[in-house]
Amino acid sequence: MIRLENVYKIYHMGDTDVHAADGINLHVQKGEFVSIVGQSGSGKSTIMNIIGCLDVPTSGKYYLGGIDVSTMKDDEQSEIRNKMLGFIFQQYNLIPKLNVLENVEVPLMYGGIPKAQRRKRAMEALERVGLAAKYKNLPTQLSGGQQQRVSIARALVGNPSVILADEPTGALDSRTGIEILRFLQQLNQDGNTIILITHDNSIAVKAHRIVRLYDGKIIYDGPSDDPQALVQPYEEEHFSEDVILKGGGKA
Amino acid sequence: MSITQSFLLAMKNLMLSKMRSLLTMLGIIIGVAAVITIISLGDGMSLYVEEQFESMGSNLIVASVTSQSTARKAEPEDFYQLVDEHPDALAAVSPYVPANAPLKFGTESYYSTSVIGVAETYGKISSAELEEGRYLQYLDVESMNQVCVIGSYVANNIMGGNALGNTLRIGGNTYTVVGVLKEKTGSYQGSEDDSVYIPYTNATRLNRSSMISGYYFSAVDETQMDTAQWLVEQKLYAIYQDEDSYYVMNMAQVLSMMDSVMGMITTILVAIAAISLMVGGIGIMNIMLVTVTERTREIGIRKSLGAKRKDIRTQFIIEAGATSAVGGVIGIALGSAMSGVVGNLLNISAAASVKAIVVAFSVSVAIGVVFGYLPANKAAKLNPIDALRYE
Ligand SMILES: Nc1ncnc2c1ncn2[C@@H]1O[C@H](COP(=O)(O)OP(=O)(O)OP(=O)(O)O)[C@@H](O)[C@H]1O
Ligand SMILES: [Mg+2]
Repeated sequence: MIRLENVYKIYHMGDTDVHAADGINLHVQKGEFVSIVGQSGSGKSTIMNIIGCLDVPTSGKYYLGGIDVSTMKDDEQSEIRNKMLGFIFQQYNLIPKLNVLENVEVPLMYGGIPKAQRRKRAMEALERVGLAAKYKNLPTQLSGGQQQRVSIARALVGNPSVILADEPTGALDSRTGIEILRFLQQLNQDGNTIILITHDNSIAVKAHRIVRLYDGKIIYDGPSDDPQALVQPYEEEHFSEDVILKGGGKA
Repeated sequence: MSITQSFLLAMKNLMLSKMRSLLTMLGIIIGVAAVITIISLGDGMSLYVEEQFESMGSNLIVASVTSQSTARKAEPEDFYQLVDEHPDALAAVSPYVPANAPLKFGTESYYSTSVIGVAETYGKISSAELEEGRYLQYLDVESMNQVCVIGSYVANNIMGGNALGNTLRIGGNTYTVVGVLKEKTGSYQGSEDDSVYIPYTNATRLNRSSMISGYYFSAVDETQMDTAQWLVEQKLYAIYQDEDSYYVMNMAQVLSMMDSVMGMITTILVAIAAISLMVGGIGIMNIMLVTVTERTREIGIRKSLGAKRKDIRTQFIIEAGATSAVGGVIGIALGSAMSGVVGNLLNISAAASVKAIVVAFSVSVAIGVVFGYLPANKAAKLNPIDALRYE
C-alpha cells in the first residue's frame, strides 16, 4: 500500500541542513494499523506530510498503491489526497463557517460527487461516528471530542485507502482520547489502513506495529508488544551525542 | 465544486460581514451609480434637444446675417422673391427678429419670455398649431398692427387662461392677443411655449434698427433640404459677396451637431466615472487579499481534502465577482433613483436604459473578476502544509 524508499527531506536553514527525514525506508500493508512515534522534532510530521502527499521528498521514492507520487505536481497530489487519503488533525481543522454536514461533504464535493449522493454519504459517515443528530451544528457548537469525531467522519467519507492521524488525541482529555482511539481501532477492524502519529507510548501501543523515529531515522520498526518498541532514546543519548560533538570539537 | 455552490458560498461570506462587504463595494456602487446617472441624463438631454428641434420642423433652414455692413443689406423682399422663384425647393420664408423689449402684463415684466417679430408665414414654417383665435396675417405685418400670437405658457401661466382678446404691453405699446398656440414643448418657463410673436415690422421699430439678422425658411420636403440650403446660400452670397457675412444651417445639421456634442460630453463624464470603478476594483482586490490571508488555514484544509488550484481560484474569483455584482446592482438602483430625481429637477425624462443597466452590470462583474484574479491566484498557489500551519 505505502512504500517509502530511501526518503530524505532536507531543509536548508542558513548554512546548516536539517535532515527532517534521513533515509527512511518504510512499508505499510493494506489493513495495517501503524503508530509512528518519536520525540518532538524527530520528523514525525515530516513523514506524515510526505505520506499524506502534502509534501514531496527532497530525494527518494514514495509509492502509494503502486503509484509513484514522490514527483507529483500540486494538482495531481490534490487528486491523490482526495481519492486515496483521509486526514485527522490534532486541531480538527474543520471549516468554521460550514456546518457539520457541509464539512463532511467537502472531500466529496472536490471529488465531483453529485449533491444528493454527497448528502447521503456524509450522513452515513456521521452516523458511524454517532453525530448524525448534530449535522446542522457549527463546529464551534461542538465539544473538542465531537469535533474530532466530525473530522474522522470527514476523513472516512471518501472511502480512502489510508487514514492519517497526526496527534488526533493531542488536544483532548484522556477519556475522550481513548474514545477517539476506539474509533480508529474500529475503522481498522473494518479494513482501513491507519497511520497514527503520536509521541505518547500509551497511545502508540493501541496499534499493532510501532515505528519509532529519532532524528529523522527509523530506530525501531516492529510489533507493539515487543518491549523494545517502547524504549525511548533518553537524555543519556543526547548526552553521549554532546560528548561526541565536544570530543569532535576538541580534536 | 460547481459555480452555483461557489456563488452561494460567496453570498454567505458576503452576508457574514455586511459592513465590510458594503465598504468593499462602495467604490463600485458609486462608480456604477455615476455611470447610470450620467448615461441616463445624457440620453434624456439628447432626447429633449431632439424634441425641441423637431418641434420646430425638420425642414427648417435658418440663415443668420452677421455682416454689420450698411452698404450691402439683405431685404425681406429678396427672400420672398427667392421663394417665389423656386417653388419646387423652398416652401416659405419669414424674417426672425427678436425684440429687445420685455413682455409686460399687469405691473409685472417677464424677462424669460421671448418676444419675436415674424411674418405671417412663420406659423407654417414652425409648424405651430392654434389652440384658439388666428395667426398673424399679411395685413398685420403690412399695417404694423399691434396684435400678437402667444404660446401656451404665456396664455396659461402669465395671463391666467383667459388670454384671447386681452392685451399685453411690449416696449410701451399695447398688443392685443389674437391667437393662442397649442402647447409644444411641455409648457414651462423659457421654453418655446413661453413666447410672444408680433409682426416683424413692429419688432424692427422696437429695436430702432431696420437690421434683420435672421430668416427662417422651410424646404418643400426633406429631400429638397440641400437644394434649398444651396439656394439660400447663393442668394446671400450674391448680396454680400463674402462668405463670412452670413451662415446658413439646416435642422438636420444642427441635430447631428448637438448629438455629437452631447455624445462627447457623456463619453468624457463616463470616462471620469470609470475611474471610480477602477478605484472600486482596486478596493475589491485589496479586501480579497486580506480575505485570502485571513482564510489561509481554510485554504490549507480545502487543499488537504483535495481542492485543486482551479477550485480555490474559482471560489475566490466568484467571491470577488459576486461582491462587485451586488455592488453593481445597488449602484444601478441608486443611479436610477438619482437620474430620476435630477431628471425631474431639469424637467427632462431621464430613465436608465436597458442598455446602460446591462453594460453597467457586466462591467461591475468584470471588474470583480479581473481584480479578484490576482488574490484568487495567490490563494490557489498556497502550499497546503504552510497554509495548514498558518495561525
Ligand atoms: N518548514 C521547515 N523548515 C525548516 N525546518 C523544518 C521545517 N519543518 C520541520 N522542520 C524541522 O524538521 C525537523 C522535524 O520536524 P517535524 O515537524 O517533522 O517534527 P515532529 O516529530 O512532528 O515534532 P512534534 O512532535 O513537535 O510535532 C525539526 O527539527 C524541525 O525543526
Ligand atoms: Mg508534528
